[in-house]
Amino acid sequence: MDYAHLENVCHQVRRDILRMTHAVNSGHPGGSLGCTEFMVALYFHHLRRNPTFTMEGHGEDLFFLSNGHISPVFYSVLARSGYFPVAELASFRKLNSRLQGHPATHEGLPGVRIATGSLGQGLSVACGAALAKKLSGDRHLVYSLHGDGELQEGQNWEAFLFAAHHGIDNLIATIDFNNKQIDGNVEDVLGLGDLRAKLLAFGWQALVVEQGNGLREVHASLVKAQGLSGAGKPTAIILRTKMGKGVDFMEDDHNWHGKAPNNDQLAMALAQLPQTLGDY
Amino acid sequence: MTIYNLDQKKATRDGFGQGLLEIGETNDRVVALCADLIGSLKMDAFKARFPHRFVQCGVAEANMIGVAAGLATGGYVPYTGTFANFSTSRVFDQIRQSVAYSGKNVKICASHAGLTLGEDGATHQVLEDLAMMKALPGMVVINPCDYNQTLLATKAIANYPGPVYLRFGRPSVPNFTHLDAGFTIGKALRLVEGSDVSIFATGHLVAKALEALPALIDMGIQAEIINIHTIKPLDREAVLGSVSKTRCVVSAEEHQINGGLGESIAAVLASAFPAPQEFVAVRDTFGESGTPDELMRKYGLDVADIVLAVKKVLARKRP
Repeated sequence: MDYAHLENVCHQVRRDILRMTHAVNSGHPGGSLGCTEFMVALYFHHLRRNPTFTMEGHGEDLFFLSNGHISPVFYSVLARSGYFPVAELASFRKLNSRLQGHPATHEGLPGVRIATGSLGQGLSVACGAALAKKLSGDRHLVYSLHGDGELQEGQNWEAFLFAAHHGIDNLIATIDFNNKQIDGNVEDVLGLGDLRAKLLAFGWQALVVEQGNGLREVHASLVKAQGLSGAGKPTAIILRTKMGKGVDFMEDDHNWHGKAPNNDQLAMALAQLPQTLGDY
Repeated sequence: MTIYNLDQKKATRDGFGQGLLEIGETNDRVVALCADLIGSLKMDAFKARFPHRFVQCGVAEANMIGVAAGLATGGYVPYTGTFANFSTSRVFDQIRQSVAYSGKNVKICASHAGLTLGEDGATHQVLEDLAMMKALPGMVVINPCDYNQTLLATKAIANYPGPVYLRFGRPSVPNFTHLDAGFTIGKALRLVEGSDVSIFATGHLVAKALEALPALIDMGIQAEIINIHTIKPLDREAVLGSVSKTRCVVSAEEHQINGGLGESIAAVLASAFPAPQEFVAVRDTFGESGTPDELMRKYGLDVADIVLAVKKVLARKRP
């Protein structure tokens, strides 16, 4: 694990997120910035990927983004890891683009296997994909990412029950726990209570990562989760992150959930993040 | 003229169960999911024969649709099974985003559609499902009319790569079509040839239309009866071919008048060959408890209603 390199990738991904949302004055930078370390660690180190994208993804690990509004980080990481040209990031949210506001399969963007945006649907899909791997004897893993506010959608809890009941132990679901959603703190809007205890009670294995924006901690948790797979239970990682991480005036502020930086804010933000791989 | 025997009765859901078992034998990518209604959906035989390809989802339909989308992503051909109400209105957004917009090869198989569900009442008698499924881009919508046609449709949809809504029902109804008639998605079947009026019927109303035939013949009316099993994509050529000859239409369906087969036919005709049309359908109201026969009578979906609609539309037919 080359931490220095991955730190550089994180800087570049954050620049992409800010520039993409700024360019169209829309999109969701806050959660994207907060999940950058997780997405970079996953795509640049952990996912065992085939060189060519296929929808079925036989013989490789799969990833499903359930909180589709953090598409900027997803697209940046997909492009930076070779799924499509980096220059295409400039088409984000524009007419005739493959980079829709929320991820979609409809335009055939490589790396995307399900449309998400309407919240709470990704865990069920990930369960189905994990079942497909079991049915076909493919021993690779299925990863998914969910928002904490998203867990207010009841379908997640159907899926938590389902995954445990069916022993879907080739699934690692990560919850981006930044305690932020559109209307404020998750605990104030509709609190999740003791999420780890709830997941354990639902029959899952659950890891809590206090430094979800630390590459070393994220890496260690993924290694640990992989070690827990195959033991009859699904695994969850509760990843404590900061919304807006990496840009001082955005950090821990729910107002940056779905608001793009203006010209001055972009300049101030980019000044905090060195260009490492080259802007698109 | 082909004679249809309306005496032998079987439930369309039994045709689904048999079709699922048969397609399971020949296509090992077919998997079945059920939301705690194995017996009602007649999925017992598939489950017993292919336990590893059967997924019990419990009373959690939203999750079932998502799991099906995931299985389809992995190259399988999932058939979900529950009542039509819980197959559509309960999970519309899951179908819209995870299946239709995502282009997943999921077969949404829905039993107990319409009033003929009977005594359970309006909570379960979905009469809006065709409208919802029709509205989704790319969704194929099929409502077979009897046991044999449901069996054939259940097998045929496995070979169509994309989302399908397959709607059938609870009661025993005449099983009159022939297995050797085959099943082609989007291809209407002319059951009776006639020149005075076109009756386009789907689902349980097809047998009702055939039952209306003797009364129509007694009145000297030569009705053409066309079985529309695929409501979307609609067989435009069959509709226009028949109506260009008869110049008037009766549509018949166990569904709300809003958004059903009748509207689809009217849309084709309005754009290409305007003709008077009468609608045998539920008139913007919910159902209630009762026997299937009582309900079909009360809500205007019976043989007499088809005869009446024919008389009305003939009176409106332009000379």
